[in-house]
Amino acid sequence: MSAADPEFALELRDVRKSFGKTEIIRGASLQVRAGERVAVIGPNGAGKSTLFNLISGRFGSTSGDILLNGSKLDGLTPYEINRRGLARSFQVSNLFTRLSVFENLRCAVLWSLGYKYSFWRFLAGARDANERAEEVMEMIKLHKRRDVLAMNLTYAEQRALEIGITIAGGAQVILLDEPTAGMSRSETARFVNLIRDITVGKTLLTVEHDMGVVFGLADKIAVLVYGEVIAFDTPEKVRANERVKEAYLGSAQADAQVAQAGH
Amino acid sequence: MNSPQTAASVYHFKPYNVGRWLIWGGYALVMIAAPLLWKSSLSLTMLSQMGIAIIACLAFNMLLGQGGMLSFGHAVYSGLGSFFAIHALNMASNGQIVLPVSLVPLVAGCFGGLFALLLGYVTTKKAGTPFAMITLGVGELVAAMALMFPGFFGGEGGINANRVQGEAFLGITFGPQIQLYYLIAIYTFISTVLMFAFTRTPLGRMLNAVRDNPERVEFIGYNTQYVRYFAFIASGFFMGIAGGLAALNFEIVTAEVVGAQRSGAYLLFTFLGGALFFFGPIIGAVLLVLALVLLSELTQAWLLYLGLVFTFMVMYAPGGISSLIMMNLRVASFGKLRPLLGSYLALAGTAATVLLGAAVMIEMVYHLQLNEALGPNMKFMGATLNAKGFDSWFGACFVLLVGLVLFEVARRHFLKEWGQTQESIEREIKKREAAT
Repeated sequence: MSAADPEFALELRDVRKSFGKTEIIRGASLQVRAGERVAVIGPNGAGKSTLFNLISGRFGSTSGDILLNGSKLDGLTPYEINRRGLARSFQVSNLFTRLSVFENLRCAVLWSLGYKYSFWRFLAGARDANERAEEVMEMIKLHKRRDVLAMNLTYAEQRALEIGITIAGGAQVILLDEPTAGMSRSETARFVNLIRDITVGKTLLTVEHDMGVVFGLADKIAVLVYGEVIAFDTPEKVRANERVKEAYLGSAQADAQVAQAGH
Repeated sequence: MNSPQTAASVYHFKPYNVGRWLIWGGYALVMIAAPLLWKSSLSLTMLSQMGIAIIACLAFNMLLGQGGMLSFGHAVYSGLGSFFAIHALNMASNGQIVLPVSLVPLVAGCFGGLFALLLGYVTTKKAGTPFAMITLGVGELVAAMALMFPGFFGGEGGINANRVQGEAFLGITFGPQIQLYYLIAIYTFISTVLMFAFTRTPLGRMLNAVRDNPERVEFIGYNTQYVRYFAFIASGFFMGIAGGLAALNFEIVTAEVVGAQRSGAYLLFTFLGGALFFFGPIIGAVLLVLALVLLSELTQAWLLYLGLVFTFMVMYAPGGISSLIMMNLRVASFGKLRPLLGSYLALAGTAATVLLGAAVMIEMVYHLQLNEALGPNMKFMGATLNAKGFDSWFGACFVLLVGLVLFEVARRHFLKEWGQTQESIEREIKKREAAT
């Protein structure tokens, strides 16, 4: 394979990860073009969250390469990867609990706007940061809860803030780990629209269990089974894929579920 | 119904945003007026020490309250600041360097910051418990060094200096305590302003974020170690200033200023004052000096009382005094404080009863242990007690037990009432929110 191929926003080349003797990710490969929305699906324990942790730098991979816009991320820390334009959300809301909604978002934009570790200027004067935080707050519809501490938000509001923090810094590649987990039907529908709106023009990778969300949101679906990407294609083709049916959607019940969700 | 404007102003209740000028003006006024109200030399000494303690506790709280870093060895930075200040003072009086006395604390601050720069890199590599352990280790290391290098640290006797030197500038020699007090007051005021300003900067806010959730901070582009490290250096700088002022104040610095006991005092009183609010450590610092100077005069068992108060606060009011104040201000802003007054009186009365019973027993034990030569009779609050007598012990036990039972009853009643008040406030907030 040639060196860097910047036509892919995110590329995984035979990525492996072992914990002790257990290999969780067994040679996963994936090529995501800029602007694509990709849903990563797979049965429990397939390694979806581990894969996200590898891409975002939370863990180092055992072997293989992960490339962001053609450059390798090997050995980089999460903050270095974030500075190169990749942001992620978490399955369990990971917020700044004792800060307000507004402060949470403002923290999330500071680095990308170049404020770094500065202590010689006031936040009140950081107009671009304040405006960007307000803008994101409007997007995620939390502007009425501006000064509420993150720990006092409802579950759905915390999930929205989780996504707000992820996108606030303006990263081009966004990883969302089960953004709609634990939400009601109506909340999920609202959330899918929200995610679609805020990721316009961005590359999105999302782990999802809800087939309705998957088919409603994704341009492409990556099927992860036992640490391998066994299929990566458009939703229609993935649904028709025999290997996927066999390995992941094996039972007739799951088949019906997929068919139903697709309509 | 309320107009939307007032509802919004109550809803966005930010206590120290309201009339900030008034608060800072009042703060300055208190520092200017205090020595005019309390004129005795003892109170002047105490006021000077309070100023120093305020800087130290606020600097300590940059780590504890704002950064979630529990340091067990922060006296290292104030203490080393003190030593460099006293040496600088001696070098200036020998003519080796030119340094106005009023700038000595600044030199000490720079050395405090320098040592935080050197030692802090290792210390801030970790957060949480490992951080606390490393600070403990560094604290012991420096305390041991203080005994190993008597040339610099002065050994047992410490190092002396004279703060009165050179020609008087506008009649200011810093000889009289009142002149030094105002120097300390100026440093305290400016340091407080600077440390408050720090909380309003990008680094200051990211420090809060690192306190709440260091993991997430890594995923929004920040290196958490650097955030902790830079805050640590800033804290070390202000600790150094406090140390430098202490050196000027006492004109002697001994090895104990870098010791664990001093570090413990900063931690304890910052916590008592309350780490959650910026002004909490100021209350803590005032209490520190009151306890160290007055309480220790009053009773030999003062450390024991302090330990009891500390334990009590950790159990029942972990937010410290400042958070008690703020919670009650919130209740008062909704006009619901008055109905709670009865409960507060009951709590105070029963707590005083417990204290009385406990104090009699503690004092009797101390009397028997330390003043045996004086016989079993002792004075306690005007009454004569027989420390070996059955009556005194029975009485003390009785008062203590009755006090404890009544206190528990009062506490439960209060908790119920407090819960109801909070609920009604929540309802009111919701109602106002709906009205907008």
